[in-house]
Amino acid sequence: MSQVSNSGPLRRVLPVVEIALLVLALPLPWILDDFWVVFATKMIILALLAISFDLVWGYAGIMSFGQALFFGVAGYTAALLATKSEVTSIFILLPLSGLVGLALAFVVAAIVIFGKRIPSVVFVALGTMTGSYAVERLARGWSWVGGQNGISSLPRLTAGTFEIEEGIVFFYMALAILVAIYLAVRFLVRSQFGLVLAGIRQQEGRLGFFGYQVQSYKGVVFSLAGFIAGVSGGLFAFHEGFVGPGQLGPVLSTQAVLYVLFGGVGTLIGAVLGVSVIEMISYALPQIDSLGSAIQEFLETGWPIVLGVLLLATVMFRPTGLIGLVVGDRERIGTFGRRMRGADAKREAP
Amino acid sequence: MSLLEVRDVTKVFGTLTALGGASMTVADNEFHGLIGPNGSGKSTMLKCIAGAEIPTSGTVILSGKDITRATPPERSRAGMSLKFQITAVLPQLSVYDNLLLAVQAHQPMLGLLLSRSRRALDAKVMDLLGQFRLADRRDDIAGTLSHGQQQWLEIAMALSREPKLLLLDEPTAGMSPQERRVTGDLIAPIKTRCSLLIVEHDLDFIKDICDSLTVLDQGKIVATGPTAQVQKDERVKEAYLSHG
Repeated sequence: MSQVSNSGPLRRVLPVVEIALLVLALPLPWILDDFWVVFATKMIILALLAISFDLVWGYAGIMSFGQALFFGVAGYTAALLATKSEVTSIFILLPLSGLVGLALAFVVAAIVIFGKRIPSVVFVALGTMTGSYAVERLARGWSWVGGQNGISSLPRLTAGTFEIEEGIVFFYMALAILVAIYLAVRFLVRSQFGLVLAGIRQQEGRLGFFGYQVQSYKGVVFSLAGFIAGVSGGLFAFHEGFVGPGQLGPVLSTQAVLYVLFGGVGTLIGAVLGVSVIEMISYALPQIDSLGSAIQEFLETGWPIVLGVLLLATVMFRPTGLIGLVVGDRERIGTFGRRMRGADAKREAP
Repeated sequence: MSLLEVRDVTKVFGTLTALGGASMTVADNEFHGLIGPNGSGKSTMLKCIAGAEIPTSGTVILSGKDITRATPPERSRAGMSLKFQITAVLPQLSVYDNLLLAVQAHQPMLGLLLSRSRRALDAKVMDLLGQFRLADRRDDIAGTLSHGQQQWLEIAMALSREPKLLLLDEPTAGMSPQERRVTGDLIAPIKTRCSLLIVEHDLDFIKDICDSLTVLDQGKIVATGPTAQVQKDERVKEAYLSHG
């Protein structure tokens, strides 16, 4: 575990980055053309998936390689309801997507997290990845859910009689949901509950001796992350108008891991930043003609390999991710009780 | 009635019998020392009492309640608290947050989610920081404290929930003589608040603060009783205390 230094005053950079990104996002639909508005909306929805992974790994130390499972199953459930039962109300489908993600995450937690002994990080990672892979295989072979082709041509979400189209309306709706969930998770991780999560992340074995029912806390946070992934999956299905087996599997789960590690694990804004940068690079890189046709062809099929190398490089050389360039360890980990102000902050200044 | 009763506890690891039918008691507000050479089974005994190990046979009773197979959180709720031999403070959190984490342990989860008790617990956290000479380090990262200060922080964390029985595993290990003296001064006042079972190598330290001693050798009790009486025991004197 890396040593956090006392040196330097406790700067508050995170709120500045958060507000700057929000201010940057707000006018986008009025500046960008339709294609980029749809692209930006997709990034916002994927940011929810990244936040769900950051909550379990960055804050509670639970390594999940299965967040796509909750994302995809929720998306499939909403898509099936819309196509087979003609339910399109956002007020039904979105909460339902979240609840499906929550319930499924609770079941997965019961299998890989609960128990008398503390499960190893590798066991949880492999367990969640196996679940994600198994359900993807199941979906590919099950014709009732569309098999390999998934479910396409989904109807639009509705709010009363109003149809929510992709574009400006969907963008602001997704942004509002992201901001609401972001603030709720921010409140949670900075609460006394968040202090328990920090304890679990650093000294899980010790917390039981204080009297904490550690598995209960892990189950709750894992289920809440499942809820967020489920909301993300439901939104994604209707934004793309399609849900397929790829939205359930380890590739998307790994992508969520990469978003967070690249952006900065243990900071919610790092997860959002990671999605934005990686999705932009993913789109832009194959479009650069000067790279040559051979490289462009390779990137079209071999992009996951580039992402894998990026993941490795981040873990080895920049474990605090992009956000670590501007946010110190002290602020990233945060304080839960007294905050340094005035004389205390001055005393700590170099 | 004794606060803690250990009855005929045996712990076997594979072919090794670490504890072979050991029994001892700790009374209310008693400071009890557990001593013995390396490999005598004293750490295993402490782990069986704390719940880090489950005895192969025998019984552990706290306040008349059988806790032999209770989980660590259940033992904590029954009034037992433990400071590990290896320092286990949370090195990335501030000193204050380490103590807050221990103090808030028995609050309901929903209350913690809403941070209902943060203000109410502040006075208790600050009081403990003052008692253990850590008030001026409250906002520092725990990992930057000296070894001795980390041990004091751990003792403060273990004491924070006002246990009936505090278990200390080698609290002065690795400390300077000055830090040992301070540790003795910090531990002495808690006698009015709880009982203490302490495993320690420093015999001078343990003789000064303990009312009674239990001596273990090769997993068996050699002697147990008031400190002065055990010190006079010829078997103990010869084996462990001749240079004490």
